[in-house]
Order: sequence, then C-alpha cells, then structure tokens
Amino acid sequence: MSSSWPAATVAATSVLQVVLLVVGGPLLVGLMRKVRCRLEGRAGPPIHQPLLDLRKLARRERMRPEHATWVFSAAPLVLVGTTLVIAAVAPLLTTSPAFGQYGDLFAIVYLLLLGSVALALGALDTATAFGGMGASRAMTIGAVAEPALLLSVLALSIPAHSSDLPAIITGSLTHPIWLATPQRLLALVAFVIVIVAESGRLPVDNPSTHLELTMVHEAMILEYAGADLALVRLGESMRLALMICLLADLFVPWGIATAPGPAHVGLGLVAIVAKVAVLGAGLAAFEVTVARLRLFRVPELMAGAFVLAVLAVVSALVSP
Amino acid sequence: MTTIGEHVELDLVPAGNHRRAAVVTRDQLLAAATALLGAGMRLALVSGHDDGTSMRAVYLFTSGPPDRRVELHLEIDRSSPQVPSLAGVSFPASRFEREMRDLFGIEPIAHPQPRRLVLHQHWPANWFALRHGTGHRPEMVADAGGFPFIPVEGAGVYEIPVGPVHAGLIEPGHFRFWVVGETILRMKARLWYLHKGIERLFEGRDVSSGLELAERISGDTAVGHSLAYCLAIEDALSIEIPPAARVSRSILLELERLYNHVADIGALCNDVGFALANARALGLREQLLQLNGEVTGHRLLRSGIRPGGARLQRLPGAGELSEVSEQFEDLIELATSNALVMERFTGTAVLDAAHGAELGVVGVAGRASGVGCDCRVAHPWVEAGAEFSETVRSDGDVRARFEVRVGEVRTSLALLSEMLGRAGELDSVAEIGEIVGSGEPAWRRSGVRTGLRSGEPSGLRSGVRTGLRSGEPSGLRSGVGITEAWRGAVVHRVELGPDRRLTRVKVVDPSFLNWPAVPVSLADTIVPDFPLANKSFNLSYAGNDL
Repeated sequence: MSSSWPAATVAATSVLQVVLLVVGGPLLVGLMRKVRCRLEGRAGPPIHQPLLDLRKLARRERMRPEHATWVFSAAPLVLVGTTLVIAAVAPLLTTSPAFGQYGDLFAIVYLLLLGSVALALGALDTATAFGGMGASRAMTIGAVAEPALLLSVLALSIPAHSSDLPAIITGSLTHPIWLATPQRLLALVAFVIVIVAESGRLPVDNPSTHLELTMVHEAMILEYAGADLALVRLGESMRLALMICLLADLFVPWGIATAPGPAHVGLGLVAIVAKVAVLGAGLAAFEVTVARLRLFRVPELMAGAFVLAVLAVVSALVSP
Repeated sequence: MTTIGEHVELDLVPAGNHRRAAVVTRDQLLAAATALLGAGMRLALVSGHDDGTSMRAVYLFTSGPPDRRVELHLEIDRSSPQVPSLAGVSFPASRFEREMRDLFGIEPIAHPQPRRLVLHQHWPANWFALRHGTGHRPEMVADAGGFPFIPVEGAGVYEIPVGPVHAGLIEPGHFRFWVVGETILRMKARLWYLHKGIERLFEGRDVSSGLELAERISGDTAVGHSLAYCLAIEDALSIEIPPAARVSRSILLELERLYNHVADIGALCNDVGFALANARALGLREQLLQLNGEVTGHRLLRSGIRPGGARLQRLPGAGELSEVSEQFEDLIELATSNALVMERFTGTAVLDAAHGAELGVVGVAGRASGVGCDCRVAHPWVEAGAEFSETVRSDGDVRARFEVRVGEVRTSLALLSEMLGRAGELDSVAEIGEIVGSGEPAWRRSGVRTGLRSGEPSGLRSGVRTGLRSGEPSGLRSGVGITEAWRGAVVHRVELGPDRRLTRVKVVDPSFLNWPAVPVSLADTIVPDFPLANKSFNLSYAGNDL
C-alpha cells in the first residue's frame, strides 16, 4: 500500500491539513461557543467570530511588557509552529505511511505539549504575579495529566505493536473489535480527560471567565496583545482542533482515506470535519452541565485518568 | 436617670421614634458605650458634626425587638478635637473613628490603628472634608502618607495585587494577597476609590433634593437608602405616614431584595463556571427589572419612595409573582441538583459566628453565620405579616450565604403576595410641608422638653441649636431611619436646620460593616476561590466609599 502514495498527493494532503487546521480551529471554537450559548438560551456570536477576532487582533499594536525577553515573544511562535508542524507532517486525513516516522503518536502528542511549555515559560518571563500564578497552575495540571496521556497512548499502541498513528488506525479498521476492547475504552476516557485539561476547558479551567484570580490558561496569556495575542488564540484553537482530530482518528476511524486519490482524500476531509464538529459540539454540551472543579480537585481528576490509563495498559498486556 | 449596666447612669431623654439620647462627657463615654453593648445593643452609627465653635460626635446604639435606639452625644473641643477610642470594646467603632478622623480631623485617643481609612495617600494632611468652611477641591499631593500595606514575609510568600481596575464589570477596589502556593495567608482590601463626598453633598439640600441623592448612594440599593432617608426625615419632622404608603414601601423593599438576590444567586453559579444557571437567573432578573419599571417608572425602583409616603404606578400582579416564583424554583433546582456547584459552595470561605459577632456583621452575611438581626423585625415600621420568616444558617460558608438568599427570595415572594392584599392607594403621600409648619414634633409635644445640658453656648453655625439640647423651636431636628435593605441594615441619621434644610446626613451602608469580614473569611481559602468568596458577600463599593 505504501508505494501507491505519490509524492504529489502526500504534499497536497499536507497543505490541505494545514489549511484545514488554520481555518477550522477558530471555527471549531466558534461552533463550541455557539452550541454553549444556544443551550443556555442565548443567541451567541456567529460561528466565524473567532476568525474575525483574529483579524482584529492581528491589526493591533504589539504591546510587550518592559522587562520581557525573547522567551515571551517566542512562546506564541512555538505554540503555533508546533501545531503547524503536526498539521503538515502527521497523517490526520489519511492512513498513508508516506509520512514515515512523523506519524508516531508519541512525537505528535509531545509536540503538542511543547506549546504548553513554551506558553508557561513566556508567562514566567513577564515576571508578573498573574503570569507566574497561571504558569504554576498549568504546570501542576500538566504534570499530573501527562502520565495519564503517556499511558493511554501506550495502551493504544500495544495491539498494533506500533506507536505509529497510521498503523494503529489501520489496525482498528481491519479489526473493528479493537475499538470495543476494554483497553481501548479505558484509554478513551483517560484521553478525553487529558484533552479537556490540556485545552483548558471546563471542569478544569474556564475559558470564558473574567475572574483573573481563578484563571489558569488565561492568566498565562494576560500580557499578550495585538498580533502576539492573535497567534496565541490561533495556536490554542488549532491545538484544540488537533486533539479532537486525534480523538476522532483513534476512536472513530471510519471515513479516513486509506487509499490515494482526490476522492478518498475528499471523503476523508468531509468525514473528519463532521466527526470533529460533532465531538466538539458534544464537548460544549457537556461543559454546559458541569461546574468548574476546585483547583485542588483537578489533580484528583487527573489521578483518576491515570488509573484508567494504567488499567488500559494492563488490560492490553494481558489480553491475547 | 436610666441605669444601664451596673454603674452607668445616663440622663436619657426622648429624642425621636423609639429613640432616647443622652449627653455624655469624655470620661463617661467608654463606660456608657460598654454598658450599652453589654446590654445587647449594636453600634449602628457614629457621626461627626461640626457645630461651628465646637464639634460633636453622636454614637447611635440599636437593638430589637423591641425597637430600642440610644444616642450618646459627646461635645468635642474644636481647638484640640479628640475622642476617647471605643476600639477596645467595639470593632465597628474603630472603623467609624478612623472615618471620623479622616473627614473631621477628630483624633481617637489610643486607637490601635491610627491610620487613614477613607482618604488615600494623595489627599493632603489636615484637609477635612466635612468641617465647615473647607474648600471644595484641595490640591492633591504626591504622598501624605498614612495608607500603608503591611507586608508579609517568609520563605515562598509572594504578593498578588489585583485591581482597582478589574477584568469584569465591577466596581473598583484594590486587593492584595499574600500567598504561599495557592493558600491565602493574608488579604487586605483597599477601598474608597469611589469616595464622592456624598455626605457633604447632602448638606444644604432641602428634603426632596436630598432624596435624589439618597437614591443614588448605591445604585442597587435605591429603595433601601431612600427609605432609610425618608424614615429619618419623618422621624425628625414627626410625620405620620399613611398605612397604604407603608404597605407600598414594603412592596418596593421586597422587589429590590428579589432582583438583587436573584442576580447574586446566578452570579454565584457563574463564578464556579456554571453559566447555565446564570443565564436563567439573568433572564429572571430582567423580568423583575421590567416589572420594577412598570411599578415605579424606573427599573431600579427609583422615585417610588417619597418623604411622607410612596407613589406607585401599579402593583405587581399576583400572576406575575407566581410566575417568578415558579421560575425561581426551577433555577434553584438546577443549581442545587448540580453536585459540582454545591461542592464548590460548601465549606468555602467560612466566617464563624464568633468572628461575625465581633466584627458586627449584618444582613445576609450575618444571618449566614448565625449572627445579626433582621431590621424588619428589630425596627419595624410596617406590620411584618404572617408570612415573614427569617432564614438563618450557622455554617458561615458560601453555601450558607447562598441558602440565606434563597430563603429570603421565598420569604419576599410570600410577603409580596400578602402585601398585595393589604395594599391601598397607589399614590399616598403625607404633606410634609404642612406638618413641618405646624411646629413641634409629637414627641416634643408630649411635654418632654428636658434640656440635655444646661448653659448651652449658642454653639451652632448661624445660631442653629440642636433640638436635643434646649428644645427650642428654632433648633436642629434629628431623625434616624433604619431599614433592612437587601444586603442588610441601612441606617441614616439626619439633622435638619430651622429652614428645613439638611445640615448633616450620616449614611451607614451594610457594606461598611461587612467589608472587614471578607479578609477574615479567607483564612484557609485558596486564591482561585477568592472571587467566589467575594461574590458570596457581594458588598457595595459605592455604599462603602460614599
């Protein structure tokens, strides 16, 4: 199968994936806000509002704290850069192995987390109380979320004997029963909890709060303005879209392009857009029904995810 | 002579509605205050006065039921204005004394915190806004000192400054936290960014233009403040208001409680990230505001209460109230059935009863900690009605403050339904002009004309003397108004000159008494829970800063 993917198709898919994330990320955030507003009985802004906000921010002056160094300026670039790299080289629409070792799930996941670390460093670099507070909280949550993520990725790769994303997906497509195994379901729950935590959604963080003392992610980016802020907003929405995309590819893989050709890739595109929209809307609907956890309860939730991931690994190892 | 406590004898003479007053000397003040506090009264108000050649401090103690109000008047030498500090026996007194020190330059002797409270550091020293003859705007200085933060030091302690400009649409206040990890070691609030000099603006106004000001002291407490103001005016002028007006006033007071409590309940849910309940609460609040608009012509219930009575455009309908009640119960069901919401409320920012009592906390915050009273019972001006019940909790956490609000909304709705049955004319206002012209207030006519002090020098500005001192027809008349506004007890004390113009209005918003409780409740609280704790008190900045 591998030889049948021409370089031109691979390159086109790459470009398509990048465009999809850059445009689709903000639209996904807009869609989730819209769903939330509607469920609360409010009209809500249009779905493309985040794109308009990006345009507005990009035109504004860059204001940087007096004592901030290059770390502060580089953080948004790292955040956007890492997500763009994943979008360009990871097989999101296809199971093409032409992406080679770049399709490794560990590599993808840790590239994603690199953006978080960059933002935390940027926040510390401002030397403000809020930057430090936000970074400390984000790293606390990250430190307990990552083991769970690591283990759930491990549990997914055991049946396929590979941590290669196309291999895992192809395996699931050929053996649909894999999707219903205990390890896959346990890993799914752990994975979802970690996505919620890493993307700063309820009940771990509240992206729409104006209460500066309660913020996690928002406290880290308080000092960004103008085009820098636009980059941060773009990066975080792309990250959210990427994580949901991975969720869709790993746990509901049907529709993904398994063969080259515009028709297959087009079908894969439609399928992934539909799946991400549905999952995003579902996440937004879930958010409406929950309140935010007390900060010190978040590690307990992450510990729960970790236990589920451990069980998933154990279950994967003992099953035939 | 009235004996209070064991050894204190006061020459208490009737001074107004349920109110008696005595002149005390500097040596007697502390003993008298201690005895009154010991007898279960609370210090509701301390007011400085500039009478021209001398100055005066008035200490108002209240308790109820039965409704009792006792005033102590202390004359102060203008050349070296000092009062003995009551800080040792009453925490609220220590705050009133600092306020008086800033605005009148009256120095409390041996005060434990001889620092500025109201005026920030850039106000010049020796400029006292409420002394007569003080110019309007002093030149601001770089730093006149006297407004410090006391730093906390230690390994791992860091400072978080927040405000005075906040991210949300809230009033300005500066909070400074000293934190280890996420646990708050100490929090200090710096307020008075909204100090507008309202008490001074009252001076020289006539009764009706004073009302306009009273309605605007704190926008969300238009009824509470205008009612306390009118009750004080009516006390001073001995106006008997028609029964129908009393019922109308009660309706307005409960309508104000309703829309504010509903908004607070929604905001509490919002602060724990449960925006769905807030959206519902805001919808209900809007419905109530529209009802308010039809009842008084103003969504925030202004211009319904008048000196001498009340003027409504229509009564709330029974159907409207039951619809509100239904939606409210749905809202509460939505919030209380969410385990995450209740978990966040429970055990957060506890103010225990001992601290609450010591700080003199009133209103919702007081009742949630099992202290304080409801002025609708303690100082009634209308028959409370069979439906009245007080909601009291003892936990003192956010949940208790939430539940007290829920209980009070239910009580308000029940009271409103009952009041509809008792309501009379929509427009019922006693003529105040005539009654003023008729001269002596009722309590003076009853033959009690004891001069509190003999040999009174004609001390007051432009020959005005206080009625208390000599009972002269040309004297000042004083009045006190107490209402249970939605946050708690609002107290106004007015003095009127012979030309019926206001010579002094002292306003006490419940927020002034309750603000010190917020830092106390934060012991063992974590930083991200502060907004929730603060919202559960939801104190007014405007009412505090005056």
